[in-house]
Amino acid sequence: MVRKMSVPDMMFSVANYLFLSLLVIVTIYPFYYIFIYSISDSFEAQKGVYLWPAGFSLESYKTTIGLRGLPDAALVSLMRTVLGTIITVLSCSFFAYLITKHEMPLRRLIYRFVLITMYFNAGFIPWYLTMRAYGLQNNFLLYILPTALTGFYVILIKTFIEQLPQSLEESAKIDGAGYFTIFTRIIFPLSMPIIATIAVFAAVAQWNTWFDNFFLVEDPKLQTLQLVLYNFLNQSNSIANMTTQEMTQNAEARTMTPQSIRMTITMLVTLPIVLVYPLLQRFFVKGIMMGAVKG
Amino acid sequence: METAYETKKQSPAKAAPKVKRRKTGTFRRDGIKLLLMAIPFVLLAFAFHYVPLFGWIYAFFDYRPGIPLSQAEFTGLATFRAMLSDPEMLRVLTNTLALSFLAILTAPLPLILAILVSEVKVEWFKRLVQTTSTLPNYISWIIVFSLAFSMLSSEGALNQILMNLGIINEPLNILGNSDRVWSVQTMLLVWKTVGWSAIIYLAAIVSIDSEQYDAAKVDGAGRFRSIWHITIPSIMPTFLVLLLLSISNLLSAGFEQYLVFTNVMVADRIEVLDLYVYRLGLVLRDYPYSTAVGIFKSVISVLLLFMVNGLSKRIRGESII
Repeated sequence: MVRKMSVPDMMFSVANYLFLSLLVIVTIYPFYYIFIYSISDSFEAQKGVYLWPAGFSLESYKTTIGLRGLPDAALVSLMRTVLGTIITVLSCSFFAYLITKHEMPLRRLIYRFVLITMYFNAGFIPWYLTMRAYGLQNNFLLYILPTALTGFYVILIKTFIEQLPQSLEESAKIDGAGYFTIFTRIIFPLSMPIIATIAVFAAVAQWNTWFDNFFLVEDPKLQTLQLVLYNFLNQSNSIANMTTQEMTQNAEARTMTPQSIRMTITMLVTLPIVLVYPLLQRFFVKGIMMGAVKG
Repeated sequence: METAYETKKQSPAKAAPKVKRRKTGTFRRDGIKLLLMAIPFVLLAFAFHYVPLFGWIYAFFDYRPGIPLSQAEFTGLATFRAMLSDPEMLRVLTNTLALSFLAILTAPLPLILAILVSEVKVEWFKRLVQTTSTLPNYISWIIVFSLAFSMLSSEGALNQILMNLGIINEPLNILGNSDRVWSVQTMLLVWKTVGWSAIIYLAAIVSIDSEQYDAAKVDGAGRFRSIWHITIPSIMPTFLVLLLLSISNLLSAGFEQYLVFTNVMVADRIEVLDLYVYRLGLVLRDYPYSTAVGIFKSVISVLLLFMVNGLSKRIRGESII
């Protein structure tokens, strides 16, 4: 066969490569820009930063990390990500296991009861009032309890458990192991591929969620990083005022523009995602494929 | 009644033949144990998804925060009637539908991107495009806002570059332009989601039997004809499902996106249904009306979902939900 490219094919190829390169630049440049701005000298950067950092200084990181409230917020974000992910993974997987047991009475009814929650929503005010009635306002549990049982994850894990070989579980049962033992010793370890996928889904969701914080948590000790950044961007909240306050108090910080601090906080919130990104990509793609198969 | 009860009791044993040989007594005790273990999860789902539904009752009373509901006057459907004559409602619905339709119009973009990426033969470049274009999917709208602000605000990088090149004299006000807000927001949405949505199509393309392409080549079909006659028909079912799903989400135009990108200049044209519900509820403290608008949205969304599901069954013989 002729390996030579026809002229229109050739033109298509060139255009395609150019277009996709442009797409890569449009996607990556904003991240890159924030990065070089954050490591630039604050006042040099104000004159314009495009491809290289203007001067080099890590002062903005020092100042930002020293901002009152920021280390707390980082801790809250980390805690909600770690604890939220653990509780979600454990409850979804154990529930999914129970649902695979055919000897459970009302099994289908219970499964549907949980799955249907994916498709309706009571609305904002009913949600708000219910959370307050539960005492979850200004409460850390607000971050981790409502998402503990998520229908979509249950589907994925249940599908996975159902295709595991039955024989292992049978023999454990003959040896007298109860459901809980079988789950912790056999099912959970064997389900690691799907568990890891769910864990990554849940962790990204936890790290990125902020509306619960925005609407129901005012306690400065329970703010998440996302909301600190949001408040800073709006220049409307105490954090923003705190920054200017700190800046006037602290001689060192006076060499810092608000833009530099904004870029630096953005970097600090984005960095964890970028660092685990290769991992995310692999598990997310796997998860969405399984989701697509299941519908 | 009797027979229905009997069959219900029989069916689990039938479905799990391996436990048949065990005594019914153990079987039932196991069942009770499982049921007890499942109860906390049922309660969890009930507490966080079903209990809020009882809050719908606020829409039927003249409730004010601070006074107990029992002392509030029952107003029946008056709140819903008021909703129909609310001019704000019309504006908010227009915004919601406009932004949703624009999003639906961009639905072919991920498909096109997937085709373009699949045509790339240089492996590292392919991976580069895939990795970078999906990155925005993993960041929150707050980060997107921060990035957009540093690029597009009046002191942002884009304006600085354009001014330095002498293309413009005055900075463009991209994020505060009321006339352009719908298209700007749609572009931001595409920026965040296009790479990720393309992955689903890419997977569908990879699973196409390569013999089809070889056969087409033998028959003298060029690149475009292969794309048109093999690639596109193979990913059409996936496209249809996603399109139908986006139609069922018509009234749920991205709350977080418009909340972070709202400002005084664009507020009127960016306020979607969800934002209106929030403003009515938490800013204006009109709980009954806010709840009523929320009910309106929820009911229509569920109806749309059923409709779309029925449509999918009719077209593909398969349901979405």
